[in-house]
Order: sequence, then C-alpha cells, then structure tokens
Amino acid sequence: MKDTMTDPIVQVSGLTKRFGALTAVDDVSFDVHPGEAVALWGANGAGKTTALRCLLHLMPFSGTVTIAGKDVKKQGKAARFLVGFVPQELSFHDDLTVAQTLVFYARLKKVADGYDFTPLLERLELLPHVQKRVRDLSGGLKQRLALAIALLADPPILVLDEPTSNLDIRAREDFLRFLHDLRESGKTLVFSSHRLEEVIALADRVLLLEAGKLVLAAPPHELEKELGRASTLHVILPAPTIEPALEILAAHGLPVSRNGQGVRIRVQPGAKAEALRLLHDAGILVEDFSLE
Amino acid sequence: MVDFENVLILAQKELHDAGRNRWFMLYALAFAGLSLALAWMALMGTGRYGLAGFGRTSASLINLVLLIVPLMGLTLGALGLAGEREQGTLLYLLAQPINQAELLLGKFAGLALALVAALALGFGLTALLIAANGGGAQVNVYLALLGLACLLAIASLSVGFLISALAPRGSTAVGVALFLWLLLVFFGDLGVMGTALVLELSVDQLFALALANPLQLFKIAAVYSLRQNLDVLGPAGVYAIRTYGSQLIPLLVGLLIAWVVVPFVAAAFFFKRRGVL
Repeated sequence: MKDTMTDPIVQVSGLTKRFGALTAVDDVSFDVHPGEAVALWGANGAGKTTALRCLLHLMPFSGTVTIAGKDVKKQGKAARFLVGFVPQELSFHDDLTVAQTLVFYARLKKVADGYDFTPLLERLELLPHVQKRVRDLSGGLKQRLALAIALLADPPILVLDEPTSNLDIRAREDFLRFLHDLRESGKTLVFSSHRLEEVIALADRVLLLEAGKLVLAAPPHELEKELGRASTLHVILPAPTIEPALEILAAHGLPVSRNGQGVRIRVQPGAKAEALRLLHDAGILVEDFSLE
Repeated sequence: MVDFENVLILAQKELHDAGRNRWFMLYALAFAGLSLALAWMALMGTGRYGLAGFGRTSASLINLVLLIVPLMGLTLGALGLAGEREQGTLLYLLAQPINQAELLLGKFAGLALALVAALALGFGLTALLIAANGGGAQVNVYLALLGLACLLAIASLSVGFLISALAPRGSTAVGVALFLWLLLVFFGDLGVMGTALVLELSVDQLFALALANPLQLFKIAAVYSLRQNLDVLGPAGVYAIRTYGSQLIPLLVGLLIAWVVVPFVAAAFFFKRRGVL
C-alpha cells in the first residue's frame, strides 16, 4: 500500500515535451510515493502516453524526472532497472517464441542465470503458451507477456500505458485483477487510461490531463465531485412500485421520470447511492440498475 | 558507460534475425552462387590461358563484390533502425535497462557479423571449389580480396545505418538505400568521368573525387592487391602509384575504415537527437 511518509519514488518537475509547434505535455509536475497507484487520465491526445514515455526517457524532453533519486536523463539505464514497462502498442519480435522472448529480456534485465520462470508464468497463466510464437498469441496473452517481461527482475515500479485498451471485457477484468494484486503486493503503479471505471478501481490518485496540461490531481472518489459531472441512473422495479417510487424520489428533490420497466433519475456526483437508499427505506424492491 | 554484455546480447539477436531475413539470405545465396560460377569459369579457362585459380577468380570477383556487397550492406543497415522504429520494437527495447550506444553497437555488430558470415560462405565455398580443382596459386590475393570485401560490406552497412537513423519509415530507408546503391554502382565511374570532362579536372583532383566513393576505394585497393599496379585505371591510377607508392593500400584501407566510423557516429548523433519515434 502507499507510503506517503517516505520520499517520492518518482518525481516529475516541469515536464514539457513539444513536437514542432505542438506542445504534447505542458509543464507537468507530480510525485509518486512508494506503493502508490497513480493514474494519468484524460481523453485520447491529452498527453498521457508522451508523459509516460518521458518518464523512461524514451524521447528528449525539458524538465526533470527522477526515479528513486536517479535523473532519467543522466542515469537512464539505472532508473530503468527500477521500472517495468507495459506499452500500449505491444511490439515484440514476432518470430520468437514466448520462452525465447522472456529469456532475451531477462538477459537484458540481468536476471540471474538459472532463474525459474515457472511461478511468474503460472501466475499470469502463460505456462501453456511458452512454446508458441509471439505472433500466434491473442491480444490478451500478449498483454500478459508484456506484464511478465515488466515483472522480470522484480522492479518496484510498473509503468503501464493504457494497459487494457486492446482487451475484450473478460480479458480486461482478468488483467485488472493482476494489477490489483500487484498493487496490494506493494508495487508502485503509474498507468494511463481513458476509462474512468478502470481508474476508480485501481488508482489511489488520479492526474487529469487535458491538452497536455495537468488540470486536476485528486483521489478517485473526489474526482467526480471535482468534475461535477451528473449521471443518469436507470432503476428496474416491479411494475406496481413504479408510481410510488416516482413520488418518493420526486419528493426528495431528485429529477426523476418513468422509463419503461422502471425509473430514470439524474444523479449528481457522489450522490448516486442516495436514490437507491430512498427506495430501499421505502420498502421498494430494486430488481436491477445501471449507470450512464 | 557501455555494457558489452548488452552489446553481445543484442548482436546475437540481430544475427538470429538476419538468418530469418529472406532478402538477406537471397543476397547471400546469390553471392555464393555467382562466385562459384565465376570460379568455375575461371578454372575452365586455366588450361587455355595458363592462369591459376585464386588470382583469376579474384579478378572476376571484384565486379561481383562491387555489385552485390554494397546492396547487402545498405539495405540491411537501412532496415536496422527504421524497420524496428516502425514496428515499435525499438521503443520497447529502449524502455529496458540499456542505453542507446549499446543498442546501436549491438545492432551494428550483429549485422556486420551477418554480412561477414555471408561473404565468408561465398568466398569459402568458392575456395573449396578452386582447391578441389588444383588451383592453389595467389591465395594471399584471394584473402586480401575477402578482407576488402568485408570492409566494404561494413562501410555500406554503416551508411545504411545513417539512412536508417534519419528515415521515418523502413520503406523510405530502403528506397533511399537502393537509390544510393544505384548512384554508387552505376553512376560512380560515369559521374567521375563526366565531372572530370565538364570541370576539366586535373589528375590529382580526379583521383581525389574517386576516393569519395567507397566502391572506388575498394576497387582501387583490390586491383592493386591483384596486379601490384594500377595501369588499368588510366592516368589517375598511374598518378596514385607515383604519389603514394607503398602508402596507397594503408591510405585506401584507412579511408574505407573512415567510411565505417564516420557514418556510424553520425547515425548515433541523429538517433540520439531524434529519439525512438
């Protein structure tokens, strides 16, 4: 779990990256503490990927980034020893097998000879696929392979760029479960996502990027409040209870209307449960609900 | 600080990849097949002209090396960085605990070894054919030609690397490399002659112009090793012998080495400035 009492393990100060006239990341500063999970959240093109690449010094930038006190511009290799990276676009050498790929990257990461890959492969459910060529793996398996490579040499920090963007819903849930376990085991996570539900599920803190600028840094539960975005709650109810439900909710000032098999309620950030609580207190059975 | 263990790991990977590169294998096999054919023809003519195998084959191989070896080096080098940049594998590699110098040195060393291995295969098979047919004279000339061909291959690779560091895509890099190959191979002699005629160059200027082309460096060095004179190259050849004498071969080899080092250093500079994207 996060340890905000100790020095930050990642420090970013005045990070700016320009591509010609375009400023992709504009004077961004933030710290990440050991064990913390920090999400870079924002729309496509907000600068999340560029910021993460700068953390690893994969491109020239202005400003400073230090990882465990090591300046990535001057001690990039030493800093990258502390980081496992999972890119958005999974780019392996496709003609190698899973086993050959792991051995190649393990050598670069100075993993000791005789290292037993089996526990890692079992944990990521890759063991049955070790002899397959990388080109023959599904998107989900490639993502797990990227995570396996990132975890070689047991780095304290994982940097993940849109880690679930290429996955179907089931693979996404599995992958998020792996990441959740890693966070619980004490890894520091810095990841980007444009999915709010993913950010809420995994992050201790969210950094909202808009057009390259850091516009908000907040815990996920405060994010919706800060953003002030209302949502629509669809509640499915037994037919005889729809009218009483409309009356109760309207009496408490909630904007509510009938909607097919139930009611539709406009709810403010941080107050979604209130409507469900009012219905429960009135003894009205909620058969199902969804949020939009 | 360069970690040579990383350089070795990356070089092994490149060597492995070159073995799976169909174009490279095609070039290597074409070179081996054509050099065997040239040797066979040279051996056929031995009885008629009374010339021994290695020296005669070396003379035939000079033109084959001039044609195929720069093509192999330039295209392999051109794909070395740009192809992987396009695929995204370069970015992923540099996200690992390695630095750019290790990556460039590793890739370059692996590709250079692949080229040397391909040339050694072609020259080796040809040598076996010559030896089996009793043509054992002028082995030293043959080995000198192999050494010069390796140097030309690595110089071409280095130029290809520079193209690769500058090009945004693999296809662009290969296109530029092929254009340069055409320029060096087919317009090298004609270009020098045409420039000499138009600008009325003196013989020393003509020789200096020839030295700007690594293929000409190889050709002059190879012909001199074979014949110990450069009469066949005309006034520029005679001028070269009279001016440089015994220093000519060290000069030519030194310039070929400069064609290896300078483009590689320039490639490293542009690669660092540009980043992996």
